[in-house]
Amino acid sequence: MSARFSLAAGIALAALALPASAQDIAITNATVVLGDGSAPVEGGTVVVRSGRVVAAGAGVAVPAGMQAVDGRGMWVTPGLFASITNLGLVDVDAVSESNDIAASASPFGAALDVAPAINPAAQDFAYSRAGGITRASVTPIAGSSIFAGQGAMVDLGVDYDAVRHPRAFQFVEMGERGADLAGGSRTSAHALLRNALREAQSYGEDAELIGTSRTRSGVSGSAVVDSRMVGTAERDGDVLLTRFDAAALVPVVTGEQKLYVEVHRAADILSVLALREEFPALDMVLVGVTEGWLVADAIAAAGVPVITVALSDLPASFERLAATQSNVGRMVDAGVTVAIGGYESSGDHPRNLPQQAGNLVALNRIPGAAGLSWGEAFAAISSVPARVAGLGENAGTLTAGALGDVVLWDGDPLEVSSAPVRVFIDGVEQPLDNHQTRLRDRYRTLERGDLPPAYRR
Amino acid sequence: MGTKVRAAITSALALSLAACATTSAGSSSAEAETDFVPYASTYESYPGVPTALVGATVYDGAGGRIENGVVLFSDGAIVGVGDASLAIPADYMRVDGTGMFVTPGVIDIHSHLGDYPTPSVAAHSDGNEATDPTTPEVWAEHSVWPQDPGFSRALVNGGVTALQILPGSANLMGGRSVTLKNVPSRTVQGMKFPGAPYSLKMACGENPKRVYGNRNRMPSTRMGNFAVNRQTWIDALDYMDEEEPGRDLANETLSGVLSGEILVQNHCYRADEMALVLDMADEFGYRVSAFHHAVESYKIADMLREHEVCSAVWADWYGFKMEAYDAIPENAALIHNSGACVVIHSDDENGIQRLNQEAAKAQADGHRIGIDIPDEQVISWFTLNAARAMGIDEMTGSLEAGKMADVVLWNGDPLSIYSRPQMVWIDGALMYDANDPARRPVSDFELGQPGEGDTK
Repeated sequence: MSARFSLAAGIALAALALPASAQDIAITNATVVLGDGSAPVEGGTVVVRSGRVVAAGAGVAVPAGMQAVDGRGMWVTPGLFASITNLGLVDVDAVSESNDIAASASPFGAALDVAPAINPAAQDFAYSRAGGITRASVTPIAGSSIFAGQGAMVDLGVDYDAVRHPRAFQFVEMGERGADLAGGSRTSAHALLRNALREAQSYGEDAELIGTSRTRSGVSGSAVVDSRMVGTAERDGDVLLTRFDAAALVPVVTGEQKLYVEVHRAADILSVLALREEFPALDMVLVGVTEGWLVADAIAAAGVPVITVALSDLPASFERLAATQSNVGRMVDAGVTVAIGGYESSGDHPRNLPQQAGNLVALNRIPGAAGLSWGEAFAAISSVPARVAGLGENAGTLTAGALGDVVLWDGDPLEVSSAPVRVFIDGVEQPLDNHQTRLRDRYRTLERGDLPPAYRR
Repeated sequence: MGTKVRAAITSALALSLAACATTSAGSSSAEAETDFVPYASTYESYPGVPTALVGATVYDGAGGRIENGVVLFSDGAIVGVGDASLAIPADYMRVDGTGMFVTPGVIDIHSHLGDYPTPSVAAHSDGNEATDPTTPEVWAEHSVWPQDPGFSRALVNGGVTALQILPGSANLMGGRSVTLKNVPSRTVQGMKFPGAPYSLKMACGENPKRVYGNRNRMPSTRMGNFAVNRQTWIDALDYMDEEEPGRDLANETLSGVLSGEILVQNHCYRADEMALVLDMADEFGYRVSAFHHAVESYKIADMLREHEVCSAVWADWYGFKMEAYDAIPENAALIHNSGACVVIHSDDENGIQRLNQEAAKAQADGHRIGIDIPDEQVISWFTLNAARAMGIDEMTGSLEAGKMADVVLWNGDPLSIYSRPQMVWIDGALMYDANDPARRPVSDFELGQPGEGDTK
């Protein structure tokens, strides 16, 4: 890595080593999006001070002495929150040595933790930042166990301090993928999951990790104490999990760490929700949920939030037969909390989140389809995923006191023709250049110069 | 037709087959007696009514834009396109498109629908005959499952009226493509676009060398890729020099390319490799119709213009493999700006539903670096330019009198995220109407399943 950096020029990478401090920001005359589900407000103002939002909306005054940016013709929004990404875990998917997404030959499952593997200098960080993504969840993909391991919450600020909440959630695969990893059947996936939670419970009690709040943290959805590193209780020989895996699942079974469960088929969703009868403390988030609309009332009644792609509409497998772009809208109508996140195609990336959200607005004009209002659609890629991620009410919105993550766009942010003009994270303006912008500038003209293109930078 | 293989069969059989094959107007029974067309198209358009689209903004696909335009079609063909003054015959059904937009039917030059259908189970993996690095003898149409639910999604969400199904890219020469009308049929022959030429799918770079190198077979390197390709062309030329060449499926395809009847669609990411392929084409006397994926076309857009080769590209896919590392979102705009031909393609059962949105993204990325491409030209990226690179532009791809009435009425600006097809006609037949659930195709696979007939 160091060789790569010593060779690389570019503002973004240079700035990586020198985090700037928060600045005061005021943007006036812009269309302001609060991110809380409300409709955009024209002619609004946003004020950010010391890294936090002071005020946003119509009739907001710019504090005396603060220089304002004229946002006429532009839109101001909170930064987007991208759920279920592999930001910083991979440079090139098909270059296996650059790819830390899945550990298919690892002896561990639940114990895997993405936090120390995340590389904020990966280009996808920069591309996503330029697309207005300011925070994200980073998840491992299951490789050798139904348990993918522990995901983290990151910010996309241009520094090495990306991981804000390590071990924010555990990720488990149920459904077809879980069945495959478990040895060929959903029966095994369910047995493995129950056994793992029982082993964790037992280990946690023996090691006095349960009942003493040793894993409890101040941040919702984030285990500050690494449960793997505490407790030395002896274990019976009759166990499947390694000690490290069992320890990692202690905060899951106590409900101190969220459990993300990927599941798609309606029947599978109900089976997963039923787990809470046996393990009442589980703090679950459903991921995928392609057939969620068929059992939306049950999901809503369980109060379990959902993270799903917006545009899955093909029976890609036998657990996704009822796929429809109306899935999100119908679940929201039933009272389910739904964040848009995750990706369908190999070419899809976090910066296309607004395209997913915008398409759901388009559905409102298709008879028989269920879409989202503009405000709901934007919230589904900002405040809703931030809340599902455990960041509370202060991320993904421009309400007073919220994190100073602000994006200035050259138009309607859900429209495919729009892009960020300026991006602030915690009140710090971010560079938007990257490998792609450098290539773009180098090849803007193909006229033969005095020297080859390799000298243009 | 791309291939008219003289087969040793009885003329009676030829005649009976030809009688079933109601293909393009050009295939007279006299030709059928001598030129048997194997697996001929049996596509027949469905009934339509003479229709006048009025009041909409019309993009003709050829770079024209008409506000408050009129599009007339009847008997499967475009009759006239003009402004509000165009006379509308009395017997035409008027469709009020006020506030809406009309474009030619969307065309995807790079699809695997049918040969990699959903559900994406292993039993459906029919797109790569990855048992030999050159398989020009295989034909994609022999893999296409007409019940792929993806065809219906491409129609109703994407306005796709024609598409080219390509073999995959495991092989240097993957086989023949097939161009389809996006009209459901019990058979692939019933979807085949009448009169469309065949293409040979070729692939550069990582995929062939990885697939065969991993088996310790040639090619395992990019230079191996070229050596195998060149020797294969040399052998094909030898075949063509034979006085009475016997049947040889591979060489029939290759000689079709070398004689100009079969087009070449070449999967190729890197600029330097595309430049080498252009030289290989010169060496053996064939033309590349389009480079597909072509994420580095922006580095050699001038060469592509000079060679009149299209680039069939995504708007912004990048990074999934090493040869896609230098992909940039401004690629399409930079190619267009150099005067070379841009086609927006999908290579994806989801992306095919949003070619219009991908084009709009690419247009906007150009605008931000000072390249302003008018909407009416961007529309051609997924209509006429695709048709040209597929060799069907005399028949479809633009709204011109005499062409097939493949038409989309959009409920808003097709370059906006908020717009979707309102109605889609193929050969003048109304195949989709957002307001009419009965005009929404449902594949056999989806009958009786949860979500059958849903809006999707």
